[in-house]
Amino acid sequence: MLTSDPWLLLLVVVPLMAAPVCVILRHATAAWVIAMAVSWAIFGIALKLLFQVLDQGEVFYRIGGWDAPWGIEYRLDTLGAFVVIIIATIGAVVVPYAKKSVESEVSKERIYLFYAMLLLCLSGLLGITVTGDAFNLFVFLEISSLSSYVLISLGQDRRALTAAYRYLIMGTIGATFYIIGVGLMYQMTGSLNIADLTTIMPAVADTRTVLAALAFLTVGISLKLALFPLHMWLPNAYTFAPSAVTAFLAATATKVSLYVLLRIFFTVFGEVDIFATFPIQPVLIGMALAGMFLASLSAIWQENLKRMMAYSSVAQIGYMVLGVALATEAGLAGGIIHLFNHALVKGTAFLAIGAIVYSSGAVTLKELHGIGHRMPWLMAAFIVAGLGLIGVPLTAGFVSKWQLVTATLEADMWPLAALILLSSLLAVVYVWRIFEVAYLRHPHPVPPPGKKLPLSMLIPTWILALASIYFGTHATFTLDIAHTAARQLMGGM
Amino acid sequence: MVDFHDLLGLVNYWVVIVLMMAGFYVVIAQGNLIKKIVGLNIFQVSVFVFYISMAKIEGGSAPILNDAIEVYSNPLPHVLILTAIVVGVATTALALALVVRINAAYGTIEEDEIQAIEHEEEDVSC
Repeated sequence: MLTSDPWLLLLVVVPLMAAPVCVILRHATAAWVIAMAVSWAIFGIALKLLFQVLDQGEVFYRIGGWDAPWGIEYRLDTLGAFVVIIIATIGAVVVPYAKKSVESEVSKERIYLFYAMLLLCLSGLLGITVTGDAFNLFVFLEISSLSSYVLISLGQDRRALTAAYRYLIMGTIGATFYIIGVGLMYQMTGSLNIADLTTIMPAVADTRTVLAALAFLTVGISLKLALFPLHMWLPNAYTFAPSAVTAFLAATATKVSLYVLLRIFFTVFGEVDIFATFPIQPVLIGMALAGMFLASLSAIWQENLKRMMAYSSVAQIGYMVLGVALATEAGLAGGIIHLFNHALVKGTAFLAIGAIVYSSGAVTLKELHGIGHRMPWLMAAFIVAGLGLIGVPLTAGFVSKWQLVTATLEADMWPLAALILLSSLLAVVYVWRIFEVAYLRHPHPVPPPGKKLPLSMLIPTWILALASIYFGTHATFTLDIAHTAARQLMGGM
Repeated sequence: MVDFHDLLGLVNYWVVIVLMMAGFYVVIAQGNLIKKIVGLNIFQVSVFVFYISMAKIEGGSAPILNDAIEVYSNPLPHVLILTAIVVGVATTALALALVVRINAAYGTIEEDEIQAIEHEEEDVSC
């Protein structure tokens, strides 16, 4: 059943309006207070909407009261609500953490701009998820992308600038590919409304224009998604961005891109069997596998902790895409649940790294000898995240890998199941490297005692770490949502 | 035998493809950060032309509510592309701002020179 709900609009409008207020006030603490209030309000609204969607089905809101195919419509189904709650949770956790972290990494007169950009980015990411209009989605994609370029360029190292520039070029090409795809679709269907496109698409699906549109959309989104081998922008961007930004983007930006990919494959082309007419499956599986193995191998050789986790992100995106590429309900559920679990796990990892950077200024492995003894609580959280990346039982990572392996077996593709397990072994190697350095080596010479870690950074890290343990041991709730979302995408209610 | 009408009638689309490929090529092949942005702009402009062309109907007038007008062009893609132009301007402005900062930080805007500097830094830090 559809219900109209203006809260959907607030999800986007509140952060969008709060961002200029931060700029007008020109005050670091005031901007932080606003960002706190907004991110927690968004978290509240997201929770409300999630339970509303789970109870009563899809929620929509028509902007300006215009009916759907003509006006812009916001629409939230189970998948959307799930992605919104991921973004909102990460936002609510990262903003309190950001206060101290940003003070130490961004120059003082720019801090209010930092929060303005973070709010814009939040607004854009939420907008992508709630909008039911393909072109409106492009606008939100660009709002979130432009603000994330700025956020990345605020990093201390000058390489943050070149990283932001490269991401800008790649991101703009990706977004432009996306509008070319939308334009080609519009040419054939005369509609931009995603729900409307679903019904029109079967009539024109065989035309070459629509196939070209699908190709442009897939490549464009894959660029934003950092799907191997289109991930070249990601490692540097994550390495040199301010720590809070890395944690925020790693846990949300690529996830939202995967959401867009799911929307295109299974909602816009929902009534068309594109996997039968177009060799999408072997291509996606091939790229996912290449990402899982090559990016994990690259992660093993990294000395910089942030870069190691960035490559690990590329590998984890591979798992999600693999689930999507199976195009079965179980596979999609695996991809969707991994979306959530990886956001928790990688969020924890990057928040922990940010805290290490804050207190000791170090990010390379050789500077971190014995860090586990100096910062036991923090490294314990990091190790929880590491175990999650491997997929050890009792962590969230296990649930999603289990789901993915089951899905591949159900689809009669047991070699894929074997490859998933094999690539997890690579994760064992890089997580072990960190563990060895942190706990089994002794610093030589003994480093000067670092800054004391504030609780405002330790607590958010542990909230995510505990969440990843909680959802690893009580997976029924999230798995149910993922299965419902997958079932809706596959067409059955 | 090439259909002459197709060749001339689709001239807008030929322009779109030429601009798109030229822009894309410049983005990839140029090492100068400013020239890359120029390429990116050409690439985006090709999409503007594409949207504007597809909305035009032969003999169609502006979409005005008037009994005398029966055929009119679709205004929606034109409006969409206004938005895309604004986005393009914002992207260009941000990219240029980044290049200014890169120039201040590295003293060059040539990609290969920047890469050489970055490699040196990484060798020192390792």
